[in-house]
Amino acid sequence: MQKRRAEILLTLPSLAWLVAFVLVPLLIVFFIAFKPSLPQGGIGEGWSTAAVRALANPSYPELAWRTFWISALTTVLCLVLALPVAFYMARLAHAWRARLLLLVIVPFWTNFVIRVFAWQQILHAEGMLAQCLRAIHLLGPADSLLYNAGAVVLVSVYTFLPFAILPLFAAAEKFDFGLLDAARDLGAKPLRAFVSVFLPGVRQGIVTAVFVVFIPMLGSYVIPDMVGGTDSEMLGNKIAQRNFNDRNIPQAAALSGALTLAVLIPILLRRRRCNSSDSTMKPSTR
Amino acid sequence: MPPLLRFENVTKRFGSFTAVDAVTIEIEKGEVFSLLGPSGCGKTTLLRMCAGFETPDAGRILLEGRDITGLPPDERPVNTVFQSYALFPHLSIRDNIAFGLRIAKRPKNEIRNQVDRMLDLVDLTPHADKKPAQVSGGQKQRVAIARALVNKPRVLLLDEPLAALDLKLRQRLLVELDAIHDEVGITFIYVTHDQGEAMSISDRIAVMHCGKVEQIGRPAEIYEAPRTSFVAAFIGDTNFLDATVGMPLEGEFSRACVDGLGEIVIDRDKPVHPGDLVHLSLRPEKILVSREQPSAGPLDNAVQGIVEDVIYFGARTRYWVRCGEWRLCAEIQHRKFLLDEQPPVWGDKVWIRWHANDGYLLEQYHSEDETLLTLPDED
Amino acid sequence: MHRSKIPFLTTLLVLAFFYLPIALLVLNSFNSSRYGTGWQGFSLQWYARLMEREDLLAALRNSLLVAAAASIGSMVLGTAAAFALHLYRSRLQDRHHLLITVPLVLPDVLMGMSLLTLFVALGKSLDLLTVGIAHVTFCISYVALVVQARLQDFDSNIVEAARDLGASRLQAFLRVTLPLLAPGILAGGLLAFTLSIDDYVVTFFVKGPGADTLPTLVYSMIKKSRELPVINALSTFILALTFVVVALAQRLTRPAAR
Repeated sequence: MQKRRAEILLTLPSLAWLVAFVLVPLLIVFFIAFKPSLPQGGIGEGWSTAAVRALANPSYPELAWRTFWISALTTVLCLVLALPVAFYMARLAHAWRARLLLLVIVPFWTNFVIRVFAWQQILHAEGMLAQCLRAIHLLGPADSLLYNAGAVVLVSVYTFLPFAILPLFAAAEKFDFGLLDAARDLGAKPLRAFVSVFLPGVRQGIVTAVFVVFIPMLGSYVIPDMVGGTDSEMLGNKIAQRNFNDRNIPQAAALSGALTLAVLIPILLRRRRCNSSDSTMKPSTR
Repeated sequence: MPPLLRFENVTKRFGSFTAVDAVTIEIEKGEVFSLLGPSGCGKTTLLRMCAGFETPDAGRILLEGRDITGLPPDERPVNTVFQSYALFPHLSIRDNIAFGLRIAKRPKNEIRNQVDRMLDLVDLTPHADKKPAQVSGGQKQRVAIARALVNKPRVLLLDEPLAALDLKLRQRLLVELDAIHDEVGITFIYVTHDQGEAMSISDRIAVMHCGKVEQIGRPAEIYEAPRTSFVAAFIGDTNFLDATVGMPLEGEFSRACVDGLGEIVIDRDKPVHPGDLVHLSLRPEKILVSREQPSAGPLDNAVQGIVEDVIYFGARTRYWVRCGEWRLCAEIQHRKFLLDEQPPVWGDKVWIRWHANDGYLLEQYHSEDETLLTLPDED
Repeated sequence: MHRSKIPFLTTLLVLAFFYLPIALLVLNSFNSSRYGTGWQGFSLQWYARLMEREDLLAALRNSLLVAAAASIGSMVLGTAAAFALHLYRSRLQDRHHLLITVPLVLPDVLMGMSLLTLFVALGKSLDLLTVGIAHVTFCISYVALVVQARLQDFDSNIVEAARDLGASRLQAFLRVTLPLLAPGILAGGLLAFTLSIDDYVVTFFVKGPGADTLPTLVYSMIKKSRELPVINALSTFILALTFVVVALAQRLTRPAAR
């Protein structure tokens, strides 16, 4: 019993903090989604399903779909680039591996806003890149590199690529590269060996990489806001817009609630699966 | 005079699993006492209860007649050498050894002298200012021993202290450990699953199995006079024979009948009666193998068989000989190498012979213990 | 055996992709051109302008204040959480672990939005305090993660050894556990510090008017397209500063000298 008291004492500070500032706020979001909004902005009295019903307006499913495909495309591009990098890094000698890993991480010590700003300048209509492309007629005089979905995906890949490389590298480091030689020895071509031996070998890393890129992407706000246009607005932007520009907090809450469910449900499912496989692998000892 | 340390009906359960089951052991001052058994037999749990890391569910632990069952580890005059060494990685070798004395707030110069003496004892003076990560496995082991011994504990507990080392180093450290024991004269409790280690270092051994003590005795006693089939099979190798007791012979001997082998002579050092089913343990090295029929006295057993397997070990050769329905393992020590001599080979017809004294009557027999024996595949 | 060049070339390409924007940014901070359209000569004028901006200085002060509070707060709470998760297996710890995971996976927009609704519901006016609370909230999980990883590598026998050698519970904690975990806890704190300094989105939702941190101020400058070259100079300056901090962190996180 004394042990139980020690456990509660040790757990209470962080648990209380997280309940107060994570759990309760999330519940309030769901709560406010069912409140009416006032025309002059703010939250009205009583209950209303208007904000939740409004989610069915054609503009929201369209927005959700766009958020999904921009996130998915970014995730796929990150994987396509990160897999060969992880593969290459894991085969290096130890000292070089550490150096290269540092090289991958270092650029991301800069401020996130500043990194997006750097891209904004590169893609700028008067920037060198645009001028060069115009000079060789790859870009029309009226076309812009900025403020479109392509720019959003490009900058998103730039931002999230290291987060895809790290788990893939961690998985590839544990991969037994002798298996590739065995596959080649058994007659597989290099690409075949890569696809049917290496990829299954780093499956856990791929799953983690997808999670750490795709989930935060669903909540993108800064990148579409800075380099995207009206055709590449994502859910995060709409939440901020409803909140700060229209002062329609119930609508922002309804959107947030929907996004929260979309994000947390797959994670909870994955967690449950991990937990159950954990418990079968580790029978309780002592 | 009471024993130095006494475990009295000590029981420890983890959930529904009984790790230690009503164990009573008495350990005398100055001896090296081993707890020997396979993993999960409860030996480490017993040691951890002695150190104070676990509390028994029942029973008492008495040190010099004083009940220490409920004392926390820091209040027991007992120190442990951990299997993983558990050296403090942030402290130098010297500070590791000084840790206990510093906690006890001993005067500075006394600490320095004691630590220097210990460093000298375990031959680590040149490495005193290194961190544990900078020295070898064997050296770590010696630091762990010095760190415990410097506190002059009543009992030194050693939990598989050599398990993480390779064979050659293990043998060398075993000799060193023995020398250290002779020098400091502290009582050692030595936990191991390695029968060789236990046999060579111990004054007495307790063989444990499934939370219970199977037998306590001097190493030779345990080997030559195993009480149970588990002890016989776990320590060294053996052959089990079941026999039905027949007519008594003069002295302590008796005739007995082994199904599928024939009539043999046994030493009945335990009260048995004609018609009883008994179990014998027969060590391989007690069996003689020869091509010619050996000259056998009235107390010798000689049986004919066919060699089914031969394994050459250099110093000795092991034969599995098929005798009727039995397959017996025999081991021959090579004394001289004669090219002319033709040792028995696979398929040879041979004679095996053993003295009635060498078949030892077991008090308890469990057929599952036979799985502990080394057997070549039957074919 | 012939090895494909594709992994090597991709790695090279990715590294170029990573470094080019930053290199251009640094380069442009020394470019006297106002729009960065071409190289118009070396100049330190943007750095001079930077020094004149007192609002940037105030924002930097706010950022450091919030980051210091967030790292200290999350170090205390996160370390306690890591110990609880490490020492106990119970339904309580299952729930605890779940709650620790949520901030790691919840997108910043949702974190900001939900905290904003909390503060609105409580009638709490938004200021630096609300920013600090928000930052502690998302930093706890990272500190807990880092410290928990350290605890998993930690040989629990070492604590038993200390007890065995006569140390009380408290002595064992102070002389063995804490010195061994200190680098991990500090590394967690530094991670919290960098996360807090870097954060824009959550801060944007819960900051009060006038309580700008560096990222929110820079963001509004970018949005208003004002003094963009000054932002280049500022970025280069921050980059240099971050290098110092991270180099320090690397030294701390490196395992004890072998």
